[in-house]
Amino acid sequence: MQVKDLQKELRNNVREYGMYIALFIIMAIFTYTTGGVFISSRNIANLMNQTGYIAVLAVGITLVIIIRHIDLSVGFLAGFLGAIAAISMVSWGWSVYASIPFVLGLGLLAGLATAFLVANLGVPSFVATLAGWLIYRGALLMVTRDTGTIIIPDATFNAIGNGYVPDLLGKLPFLEGVHKLTLLLGVIAIVWSNISVFKSRASKLAYNFEVMPLDLFILKQVFISALLCVITWILAGYNGISWTLVIVLAVVMVYDFVASQTVLGRHIYAVGGNPEAAELSGISVKKITYVVFASMGLLTAVSGILFASRLQSATTTAGTLFELDAIAAAYIGGVSAAGGVGKITGSLVGALVYMSMTSGMNLMGIDISSQYIVRGAVLAAAVIFDVMTRRTSR
Amino acid sequence: MGSGMNKTLLEMKDITKTFPGVKALSNVSFQVAEGEIHCLVGENGAGKSTLMKVLSGVYPAGSYTGEILINGQVQTFKTISDSEKVGVAIIYQELALIPELTVYENILLGHEIRKGIRIDWNETIHKATEMLRKVRLDVNPAAKTKDLGVGKQQLVEIAKALSRDVKLLILDEPTAALNEDDCENLLALMDGLRREGVTCVLISHKLKEVIKIADKVTVLRDGQTVVTLDAHQGEVTESALIKHMVGREIEDIYPKRSHERSDETVLEVKGWNAQTPGAQRPVLKDINFTVKRGEIVGFAGLMGSGRTELARSLFGNPDHYKITGEMLVKGVRQNLTHPRQAILAGLAYASEDRKGNGLVLTQDVKQNITLANLEAIAQNGVINENAEVKEANDYKGALNIKASSVEQTVLNLSGGNQQKVSVAKWLFVKPDLLILDEPTRGIDVGAKFEIYTIMNRLVEKGMSIIMISSELPEVLGMSDRVYIVSSGKIAGELPIGEATQEKIMQLATSY
Repeated sequence: MQVKDLQKELRNNVREYGMYIALFIIMAIFTYTTGGVFISSRNIANLMNQTGYIAVLAVGITLVIIIRHIDLSVGFLAGFLGAIAAISMVSWGWSVYASIPFVLGLGLLAGLATAFLVANLGVPSFVATLAGWLIYRGALLMVTRDTGTIIIPDATFNAIGNGYVPDLLGKLPFLEGVHKLTLLLGVIAIVWSNISVFKSRASKLAYNFEVMPLDLFILKQVFISALLCVITWILAGYNGISWTLVIVLAVVMVYDFVASQTVLGRHIYAVGGNPEAAELSGISVKKITYVVFASMGLLTAVSGILFASRLQSATTTAGTLFELDAIAAAYIGGVSAAGGVGKITGSLVGALVYMSMTSGMNLMGIDISSQYIVRGAVLAAAVIFDVMTRRTSR
Repeated sequence: MGSGMNKTLLEMKDITKTFPGVKALSNVSFQVAEGEIHCLVGENGAGKSTLMKVLSGVYPAGSYTGEILINGQVQTFKTISDSEKVGVAIIYQELALIPELTVYENILLGHEIRKGIRIDWNETIHKATEMLRKVRLDVNPAAKTKDLGVGKQQLVEIAKALSRDVKLLILDEPTAALNEDDCENLLALMDGLRREGVTCVLISHKLKEVIKIADKVTVLRDGQTVVTLDAHQGEVTESALIKHMVGREIEDIYPKRSHERSDETVLEVKGWNAQTPGAQRPVLKDINFTVKRGEIVGFAGLMGSGRTELARSLFGNPDHYKITGEMLVKGVRQNLTHPRQAILAGLAYASEDRKGNGLVLTQDVKQNITLANLEAIAQNGVINENAEVKEANDYKGALNIKASSVEQTVLNLSGGNQQKVSVAKWLFVKPDLLILDEPTRGIDVGAKFEIYTIMNRLVEKGMSIIMISSELPEVLGMSDRVYIVSSGKIAGELPIGEATQEKIMQLATSY
């Protein structure tokens, strides 16, 4: 094992690893200060469900920031769409299976409307979505004016934010009280992740490309596998995998794949890095703007559904400040306001860091006023770290 | 003329500067005597700009090793303002003026003349006018800077430097973006400043102007000082400079190619007019021309004559001009409304402005090369990254792109290598007709030669090239035919046998 290799690997990827290390440190601190309550299976499961609706927004807004725009309207749009879901089921008597596609469609339309203002009329996205912020806030108040908080009775809908994947293997006669399906899925995840990286390494070698030294590569895989083991074990210790977690993981996997592996993703980064060069390269900046804002609208609907489901109700203030939480998570995750730089997985970690702080400080009984100050300081620290490492890597 | 006997103003001793993985400067020594014009030449990536950034404090003391002495005193600049305080002023290739401010505001920006806590505007305008007279620029000081041409803006930059009691004026490729007249003007001004005792360091790729104006020339190569030549000893000649810059003799800077042109017309443009919606004057008027297979067609003309506008109007019209006229690509009438369609029709356009709208600087070499034709390495919209690296490596090898790997960010490449990436990107779309807009602007002799060689190889394989260039020797050296553009019109067409610099200039100024 070459220590030099390890140092080089760390130095070249300091930004990426830095975030994971920060998350680890924050979790370790809270585990210590709460006497282990923070890392308990129950709390981690809760944390995942709380992070869900912010993480989904953070993923969408990452792409928006990458193409040098911003979306302030997503908070109240999520609240409004959650209320529409509730109303469609409670007042109109719709089935949950009609209500959810309807709300997703509305979200998509809202995104397209923003895109029209930005791409076709040339309204700055800050202004266009600030207008959206006001409009959706008004709309939310309007639809909940007569009813106030709307309680959602539908069990299927409420399971999205509170339910867990049932343990189909629960009857097997070992490991009492552990969620065995989760264990099985964990094992599958570990095996699959190892096989896929080994395959990719082999195909790189077949092309004679440079790869990480074997010993370092194995060390990294062992580390990742161990981490997956720990996460699986913690989740399996409570109710297993929640439906929220399933949805968030699906969203992150699809978006990460699109952003890093596809032509569309490459076009999005190019438009963010240099819109004029992208246009001259045959990429329609307008089309990309539409795609990104439409996806934002869709994810906003997902977020609204997750939140309404989690509260089992639609409230008059749902979605307040979600947009800023999502933006903070994206910046903690390393997205750059200058455009063209940022990772989907980074924003997921950013959201986890952000929500871990909320959860941990709540468990410690820290006053809300101090919580805001600490969160602000961590946001500033993350961006300072990002700026510094970017500078030295030049 | 400086006598060469003057005392040393600037001495840089054993400067070594390393970036992660690269040694940009290695024990460079550089001496400038008071009152002389000292030119700094070298290939792209030779370390000229890095050396000047060390001098001006962009790279602070401590981030390099070695000593900087000004008038014999050791200097440790931590910031640019430290170096400004002792009279060092740098004028970069990319202008640092604020377009929306007036000329006088720009000249005294950062050094405003105050009366109490307010700015003394009368004194400001007075001082600015004086400085403009010094650089012999006859413009209204209250004009908005953006309304001035590039050449005049350059002079405003110099006026700004002079207003700060500059001892050492450093000009980083000041003439790269200027037309012939503005170049002449600038050189005359430098000569005048020399008589007034201002010391100048001039970084330039244009060897003719170096030979014309330099007292001394220092050549850098691969981050090391190669030689310092004295013009007054007759040491500064074109062949000597080229030899020291590239480390070998280049027999003919314009390589020969075998002439086998076909009669097949690749592009025909008939009665082509373009107008900005709402504007009075047309941008392009009644343009007619043809390009045959395997031909390099030169487009000469002054800066702003409409050559770039013509190229962009043909390449899918991203500026949304109102267009009338006809364009046939390989005999098929085309109505292209987006660069995408132009690419599909077999055209490619490598922009004159690499950083502005040519490359995505945040992305790496391979991502830039494949950007305009990702379909070629993708299946069902999913990119095959291994195929991408392989293709990019092929182009990196074929075009001799100097980068640590195809995963290096293009931001960190030198100008010449960025240009090669830009060319590679357009070769990757495998076009029938490649439009190169100022293909060798701001790049050194060695890289120019390589670009020319690549162009020859391409036309021999049957590609056609339109080369837009402001450098007449290049137009004459590389083209099969030349069209001269003047004020948005084709002022004439010359077969290469009849074209001379004089004839071209005459036509270029005919409207």
